[in-house]
Amino acid sequence: MPNPTESPAVEVVELQLETDRLRVIGVPRRRVDARAKVTGQTRYADDIFLPRMAYCKLLRSPHPHARIQKIDSSRALAHPGVYLVLTGKDLPIEYGIIPVSQDEQALCLDHVRHVGDPVAAVVAREELTALEALDLIDVEYEILTTVSDPEEALATPEPRIHDYGEEGNIHKRVNLEFGNVDEGFAEADEIFEDFFFYQGNTHLPIEQHASVAIKDPEGKLTIWSSTQTPHYLHRALAKVLEMSPAHIRVIATPNGGGFGGKSDPFNHEIVVAKAALMLDRPVKIGLTREEVFYCHRGRHPVLMRFKTGVKKDGTITGMHLQTLIDGGAYGSYGVASTFYTGALQTTSYHVPRYHFQACRAFTNKPPCGPKRGHGTVQPRFGQEIQLDKIAEKLKLDPAELRLRIAEAPNAVTANFLELGTVGLRECIRRVVKISSWNEKFRKLPEGRGVGLACSAYLTGAGLPIYWNAMPHSGVQLKLDRGGGITIFCGATEIGQGSDDVLAAIVAEVLGVTTFDIRIYTGDTDLGPVDLGSYSSRVTLMAGNAAMQAAERAKAMLTEAVGARLDVPKERLRFADQRVFDSAAPEKGVTFHEAVCLAEARFGTVGTVGSYTPPRSPAQFKGGGVGPSPTYSYSAAVVEVTVNPVTGWINVPKIWIAHDIGRALNPALARGQVEGSVYMGLGEALMEEQEFRRLPKRLSHALVHKFPSILEYKSPTSLDMPEIVVELVEEPDPHGPFGAKEVGQGPLLPIMPAVANAVYDAVGVRVDEVPITPEKIVKALAEKKAGRAPRFGPTYFPDVDWPEPLRVPPPWEGGDGRAVNEVRRSSSQRKEKVLRT
Amino acid sequence: MATAPAESQKTARIKITLNGEETDVSFAPYKTLLEVLREDLGHTGTKHGCELGECGACAVLLDGKPVLSCLLLAWECDGCSITTIEGLGSNGRLHPLQSAFANLGAAQCGYCTPGILLTAKALLDENPHPSRDQIREALSGNLCRCTGYLQIFEAVEAAMVQIAEWKKPGA
Ligand code: FES
Ligand code: FES
Repeated sequence: MPNPTESPAVEVVELQLETDRLRVIGVPRRRVDARAKVTGQTRYADDIFLPRMAYCKLLRSPHPHARIQKIDSSRALAHPGVYLVLTGKDLPIEYGIIPVSQDEQALCLDHVRHVGDPVAAVVAREELTALEALDLIDVEYEILTTVSDPEEALATPEPRIHDYGEEGNIHKRVNLEFGNVDEGFAEADEIFEDFFFYQGNTHLPIEQHASVAIKDPEGKLTIWSSTQTPHYLHRALAKVLEMSPAHIRVIATPNGGGFGGKSDPFNHEIVVAKAALMLDRPVKIGLTREEVFYCHRGRHPVLMRFKTGVKKDGTITGMHLQTLIDGGAYGSYGVASTFYTGALQTTSYHVPRYHFQACRAFTNKPPCGPKRGHGTVQPRFGQEIQLDKIAEKLKLDPAELRLRIAEAPNAVTANFLELGTVGLRECIRRVVKISSWNEKFRKLPEGRGVGLACSAYLTGAGLPIYWNAMPHSGVQLKLDRGGGITIFCGATEIGQGSDDVLAAIVAEVLGVTTFDIRIYTGDTDLGPVDLGSYSSRVTLMAGNAAMQAAERAKAMLTEAVGARLDVPKERLRFADQRVFDSAAPEKGVTFHEAVCLAEARFGTVGTVGSYTPPRSPAQFKGGGVGPSPTYSYSAAVVEVTVNPVTGWINVPKIWIAHDIGRALNPALARGQVEGSVYMGLGEALMEEQEFRRLPKRLSHALVHKFPSILEYKSPTSLDMPEIVVELVEEPDPHGPFGAKEVGQGPLLPIMPAVANAVYDAVGVRVDEVPITPEKIVKALAEKKAGRAPRFGPTYFPDVDWPEPLRVPPPWEGGDGRAVNEVRRSSSQRKEKVLRT
Repeated sequence: MATAPAESQKTARIKITLNGEETDVSFAPYKTLLEVLREDLGHTGTKHGCELGECGACAVLLDGKPVLSCLLLAWECDGCSITTIEGLGSNGRLHPLQSAFANLGAAQCGYCTPGILLTAKALLDENPHPSRDQIREALSGNLCRCTGYLQIFEAVEAAMVQIAEWKKPGA
């Protein structure tokens, strides 16, 4: 402590620095829910046991495509211990996450579309009884022709899996043109055309989905469920049950892992809600692991064609991307997923002209949906491998190429995405340095290699799932006379640490610790709406809402304390559970006293905060997918060893730099990066959601090849490489304390970096995931035979594309609108009429 | 209403030492240890991700050894001593493994955590100074989808140091 007699001016400055220091934000901390988790006290949905609780089981279709002719449940109902049997006619109203694809029924009324589609529900006193009774339900099916993949869907318009969509079994087609790519190709020195395939895979949260519903003592509905999106479940329940949302309470229990797999409103949730209301007793359902595999909603399999023109120096002159997407049997998030397969191609490197065409087909398999990186993972895989090929041809280092073409901060892209801070170059520089890239690339002995790839991701979707003008996130704060603070928010804790983010922000603003704060989240009765834990939106959106609420509370306390202490407001500081004069820190009150002073002055101290993303300039149809308040960036280097005989691939080490804006809790941020890398590595090397047809005599059904944890291979503790994580922190003005997302972005570069490393190691390209030893061996055989040294798709099928929507990019004077109207086909018009 | 099915009759009965306490429990004879712990004894800290012995979420200690409680019939455990996550701490304090997991980000969603903590405890009981590879090996039957395992390894190592400190003479 400096002697106050010496230099008062200096002393004040130093004190201000000390009092303004962040005490919570940026400090690695035990997360607020950690103690509950390490003591087994966190209550997940299946941990809820209530008196008189009954159990529900679903009868699921054994056929991938059939009409239900008849259901007779009388034998099941007569089974001792059975309380209720429900079938499609009990819940006929269609629902779905996206307003334009309300194509699901909680129990199929007359049409099953994939193995595992639910057709009836039994509710019984014991789970085992319900299971036994499933066998007593007699269902007659008329078997229909099945569609197993998108190419088959294009060739098989009849029978239709759904009676809406574009035509036949095509769910959605997109054709967007931002500038004239042909002109771009004409300007290019080299043109690259490559085909890639990204196999589907699934979330595999360790917690299986579970729900418990009750008719509460007042006669209203309450449901606890492992959902990432309680607000959207709330809406779906109100719709299907034809109840006022005001009479429904959805409580999202902490999810035992989500990764996107618990983001749809699910049939089992609606079924137990209905059953609880009918029986007036608690009803629980817990899915088996096999059922979780059949619920799916995971990564879409996507076939891609990338055509890119470049100048000799690497400058991209134009890009044309086509994607063919296997949607599975329902819409789910598919319309959004379809746009996402092309939305972010312009966010990392400058692409002056961009043509994007996408087609999502219905197939008779479990529906695909959002998985970590939603729809952007597949094209990122293709883009980053193609860049590696481009760099080689142009004789440029892949890192150098990317540094040259990286997009500028605050740029507006060809498709009208407004970027915020762009830490991509810094990520590349750092990862090159820490991995000793320059000493390794093309320099390691045969069988060892390194690969580099980058990515960008949203920090929250700029638009809500259903159109509305309300905030995306809201927070209420209550400050009580005991000095306690309570946060109420609809945000959902799925393991990512959203509760901790909210507590940290409020604690920092109000100068307390996170232990002084109570948090109620994921409950539609208690907290204002937050749209859900998807699209990496919670830190920025709920975080900004929390910040606003906390600042408002701080203003009230400041006024009350300022008046009491007779200190000008701007001199007051909140830190260490005190409110004090920054010029004379000993002059102050405890936080507890500050709340009492504020309550005496203003009455009960409660504030609200909310957040709505900025309006995007992308006003063309489809422009709603892609905009985000800001984007995160990552760069990764992966090292591999590949056995040139067996193709066995091993990953000893990964280096990754992630542009997070600001790490609110660095311990958690690193965990999100490592968890993303882990999941990406699983997708790169082994995970696949594959289906096979049973032989004709065994129903010819399309069944999941490995619906068990044992056979669906995912990395174990033995498979994890060493990971070196660098967090690049350049605060972004859009985020709370400058924070951007970290939960999804770091997954994206891993798969292409592995592919690029395999090429560096043994000189073969595997242009699809998973990159298995078998595929490497096949590619090596091609190489040996003097053919193209690669494994992967070789063509893109013909699709009947609609007329493109022409949107001139900003530098051609575009204003974010299309210059032409797209002709709507009659079926689209019909869909519009039907759905609105 | 129909009569209760035979399965709901709690005709099996065992005596176990659960987290150090003598415990009598009656249950339907087909139930696994996992089900009896969660449903009949209200110890829901033990989790499940497959009920087929594939994920490790249900691991508990049976006479000090890690077992998958979903693969054991409860009546096989008569007379045994069982430790679950509820019994890992003692005297109102967290076990060093629990503190380390909480402090170092080793529990994200927390769903794999109870099984991993008990498996790690069994490891440290048997081998107080495991190498990173031995930790990897010991935890290879416990899947975690959130963390990528590295913070889990670090937490086990931190707990190992903490326990060694405690055991030092005079500490
Ligand atoms: S529940 Fe998965 S191993 Fe026991
Ligand atoms: S912390 Fe979520 S599965 Fe391990």
